[in-house]
Amino acid sequence: MPSSDRQLERLVMDAGDIARAVTRIAHEILERNKGIKDLALVGIRTGGVHLAHQLVKRIQEIEAASVPIGELDITLYRDDLSLRKEQPILRKTSVPFDVSDKIIVLVDDVLFTGRTIRAAMDGLIDLGRPEEIQLAVLVDRGHRQLPIKATYIGKNIPTSREENIHVLLEEEGEDDRVVILKA
Amino acid sequence: MSLKRKDLLSLAPLSVDEIQLILETADSFKEVTGREIKKVPALRGRTVVNLFFEPSTRTRTSFELAAKRLSADVINFSPSSSSVVKGETLLDTARNIEAMQADIIVLRHPSAGAAEALAVGVKSSVINAGDGWHEHPTQALLDLYTIRERGLSFEGLRVAIVGDVAHSRVARSNIHALAKLGAEIRLVGPPTMLPRGVEKLGARVYYNLDEALRGVQVIMMLRLQLERQGIALFPTIREYARLYGLTAERVKLADPGAIVMHPGPINRGVEIAPEVADSLSSVILDQVANGVAVRMGILYLMSGAN
Repeated sequence: MPSSDRQLERLVMDAGDIARAVTRIAHEILERNKGIKDLALVGIRTGGVHLAHQLVKRIQEIEAASVPIGELDITLYRDDLSLRKEQPILRKTSVPFDVSDKIIVLVDDVLFTGRTIRAAMDGLIDLGRPEEIQLAVLVDRGHRQLPIKATYIGKNIPTSREENIHVLLEEEGEDDRVVILKA
Repeated sequence: MSLKRKDLLSLAPLSVDEIQLILETADSFKEVTGREIKKVPALRGRTVVNLFFEPSTRTRTSFELAAKRLSADVINFSPSSSSVVKGETLLDTARNIEAMQADIIVLRHPSAGAAEALAVGVKSSVINAGDGWHEHPTQALLDLYTIRERGLSFEGLRVAIVGDVAHSRVARSNIHALAKLGAEIRLVGPPTMLPRGVEKLGARVYYNLDEALRGVQVIMMLRLQLERQGIALFPTIREYARLYGLTAERVKLADPGAIVMHPGPINRGVEIAPEVADSLSSVILDQVANGVAVRMGILYLMSGAN
């Protein structure tokens, strides 16, 4: 998008805010599940994958033990495939462990309508029968269209439907930020 | 990048990007076919019709399995059990199928150009599953996928295609695609089986198998179409096997890591020696397994709303 089209870009979380939110969520995950036994994280492509890696890294620092991590592409489970003229590009799902009997924390950057999470839960259950599915998001922006609620939330950011939320996460985390774009 | 086509009729008009998109999409489905539950809901509510005017087990089953694993409804339609024996034309048959709201028609037909003719006449997407001596695009795509899966890159890849090139739709589709992708193609067979002017497609012609196999990384054997041998293309099957059959000795002439491919069904002891077909360098069964994933990818990409 050319910058002239961006009428307004408002910063809502900077790198420090994001790092602190990730640290808190990592602690909450460990607290709720009493450690890392049977715990695994699955990032939803593409926005949730970076965040899942950051969370795993933080959990590792706290517990000094590693947690399995997977990546889930939900495209094949979308509820609008039969309405689209051209099919979206597929990315690969890679969950290199058995999800059965595990506590799976689904990770996504933004929780909006809830449709992505519905698709992700269906996709995950096709891989096995998790003991429990929890949901961690960096931003909850409201406007749910399905009865879905996050277990862990970085920040609640009330938005209007016309606004766009962009979560920019880098490998190193220096320029991480969350911005609202007004259409 | 997306596949902006209603139909998949041949590989000749496809761009390199389109071919790569199909192969990358198939990657995702390869993962799905490795799961315990090998089914995804992507094509729920869609109907795929397999319209096969020629006998086929492999291709029809492969398409059927691909469609079912995408949760589509599948109907198999073959002429012996249908109104075709009562004299209905291809287009009328297809229009009737379309009236039943088929989204995708998979056509196998003995006449070259049948898929193209059908595609013009119906709104459904048409996938060519082999039309006469013309093309068999999905077979070539699964061949490409299998080559790529072995870690070989297409640019400069040395490929020998051996056998009845003139009457092979598999060869034609592969030549088109491999040439686009920058491979070095060698066509080998008796002069009666090599079409005149085939060099224009970017291939080199050889009449001596040993010479052609030197240093190749992929050996693609074609099936000797014994049922078509009303036309005398060579004196005896024995002579053909001696001159153009792939033996373990001959495989040694190729690159040490060379793979042996065959679209099936194989004539053991004719174009391929049993010990070669069953050897470690043979990827014949990988081709069959990959066929389902590649066809899932194609069905998925062609299933956009009309």
